Amino acid sequence: MDFHFFLIQLMNGVQYGLLLFLLSAGLTLVFGIMGIINIAHGSFYMIGAYLAWSLTGKLGSFWLALPAGIVLTVALGMLLEWLVIKRLYHRDLLYQVLATYGLILVCEELRSVLWGDDVRGFNIPEALNQSIQLSETLSYPVYRLWISGVCLAVAVLLYWVIQHTRLGMKIRAGASNREMVQSLGIDIQIVYRIVFAAGVTLAALAGMIAAPVSSVFPGMGNHVLIICFVVVVIGGLGSVKGALVASVMIGLVDTFGKVLEFSVGGVRLLPELSSMTVYVLMAVILLWRPEGLFGKKL
Amino acid sequence: MHSESSADLLIDARGLHTYYGASHILHGVDFSIRRGEAVGLMGRNGMGKSTLLKTMLGLVRARSGSVHVKGEDATRAAPHRIARAGIAYVPEGRGIFPNLSVRENLVMAARAGVDGRREWTYERVLQTFPRLGERIGHGGGQLSGGEQQMLTIGRALMTNPDLLILDEATEGLAPLIAREIMRIVSLVKESGIATVIVDKNFGAVNAITDRNVILVKGEVVHEGAAEDLRGRPEVHLRHLGV
Ligand SMILES: Nc1ncnc2c1ncn2[C@@H]1O[C@H](COP(=O)(O)OP(=O)(O)OP(=O)(O)O)[C@@H](O)[C@H]1O
Ligand SMILES: [Mg+2]
Repeated sequence: MDFHFFLIQLMNGVQYGLLLFLLSAGLTLVFGIMGIINIAHGSFYMIGAYLAWSLTGKLGSFWLALPAGIVLTVALGMLLEWLVIKRLYHRDLLYQVLATYGLILVCEELRSVLWGDDVRGFNIPEALNQSIQLSETLSYPVYRLWISGVCLAVAVLLYWVIQHTRLGMKIRAGASNREMVQSLGIDIQIVYRIVFAAGVTLAALAGMIAAPVSSVFPGMGNHVLIICFVVVVIGGLGSVKGALVASVMIGLVDTFGKVLEFSVGGVRLLPELSSMTVYVLMAVILLWRPEGLFGKKL
Repeated sequence: MHSESSADLLIDARGLHTYYGASHILHGVDFSIRRGEAVGLMGRNGMGKSTLLKTMLGLVRARSGSVHVKGEDATRAAPHRIARAGIAYVPEGRGIFPNLSVRENLVMAARAGVDGRREWTYERVLQTFPRLGERIGHGGGQLSGGEQQMLTIGRALMTNPDLLILDEATEGLAPLIAREIMRIVSLVKESGIATVIVDKNFGAVNAITDRNVILVKGEVVHEGAAEDLRGRPEVHLRHLGV
């Protein structure tokens, strides 16, 4: 494999992985802290993408659409926690899955009403619509580097908030003993609302920044939901660090899995293998560590 | 008691009936504590001491009866509201956060008191419990039982409470550590913070408290000044088994 080609695949894999992290961090956080399985998580990715498309059209610039979209999704997250999620804290898994499945349907319907059922596309913002020339024939788009940068910045921010702020301490304390947190005078409901809204916003942000390179289409949330759960399971339920490691692993395995199909080539023994590599990875890791890479021992 | 202003009563619980499912645990308990007072809550295993504390703290709901905190009805108040009114709680089994460091356990709870008072700072807690200072970066789960108890008490003090409620403060601790904990509790009491102490060590509690309440099967069978109990071994034998 040519070095520059390898480098490009490596960067693609890392970029895909980091985006996956942004997308799935909220899912694992909401489960780990609040004990809620939210299968509507992918829908927030879709909402983010549609918001980016529609706000860019309305406001005339992606750079205005981004902050506006973030504000709207924070509000949406708070609203949903208040309307739906807070009723699920003391319910078992089945109720959580049913209620959040209902949310998927509501989100799809809302999307259909607001934005229609067509596939939408829009251009990469002007300022980032360039490429870095790596060799005579190969170049790498700046926008993809920017995506990686945003995801890394969010990962650092998330780490800092969780590990080094009082809010983060309260969040972690709430994961281990909610009653005790309340008895210290902390309103756990507010803490949960913030965590849920953060999860929604992270997924929607992933949708917003991915929108210019992936197209924007109905059901795109359900598309990513499965891979999100793969990330969360490999990383260990509730572990944000695990989600980061798992995402990048998946990004690399998936990207190189697709490439290797060509280079083993000539004889294409198992053409389906490339789409399976991620699941093979999951199976191997779960056989070795059933609780996932950073999960609590089962 | 009714002659004083109701706001002098930090907690005033009346006629509490508490159930766990079908089992009737508290049978019409009255319990009150004044500012600065130290009250011992005694009784054998399973008599309802912890249930009474949890009912007053809003962690368990009474089916009937009322709880007033500083004169305001708190019968249906959320636990964090009751805590914010100046009531701190050290639960049975301690309730430290094992996934937070010693420092984080303390810092996350820090808050000014109801009147804005900040007597108990991080530094003062560490002065009071030098052992915690030596373990400051350790995870809460790595501490010994005695250190965990110091951490929960220190954490409760970080909220600058008017009332500190201690459930089984010395349970399972070596005698020397238990004595150290009791010494600190009496220091806390002397600093003007009211305390409710539940403990199996009758003598140690009685030495600190102003007043004792004995629960038997969810009913108050004895209530009186601490001196009263000192010379009455028959009460100890009958209700406490000591
Ligand atoms: N969560 C619960 N569900 C059902 N029953 C409970 C629960 N907690 C306590 N009980 C029962 O209620 C009764 C009173 O328990 P409680 O813990 O209040 O007693 P206690 O006086 O604090 O005893 P101990 O000295 O053992 O701490 C006991 O019979 C106990 O078994
Ligand atoms: Mg008890």
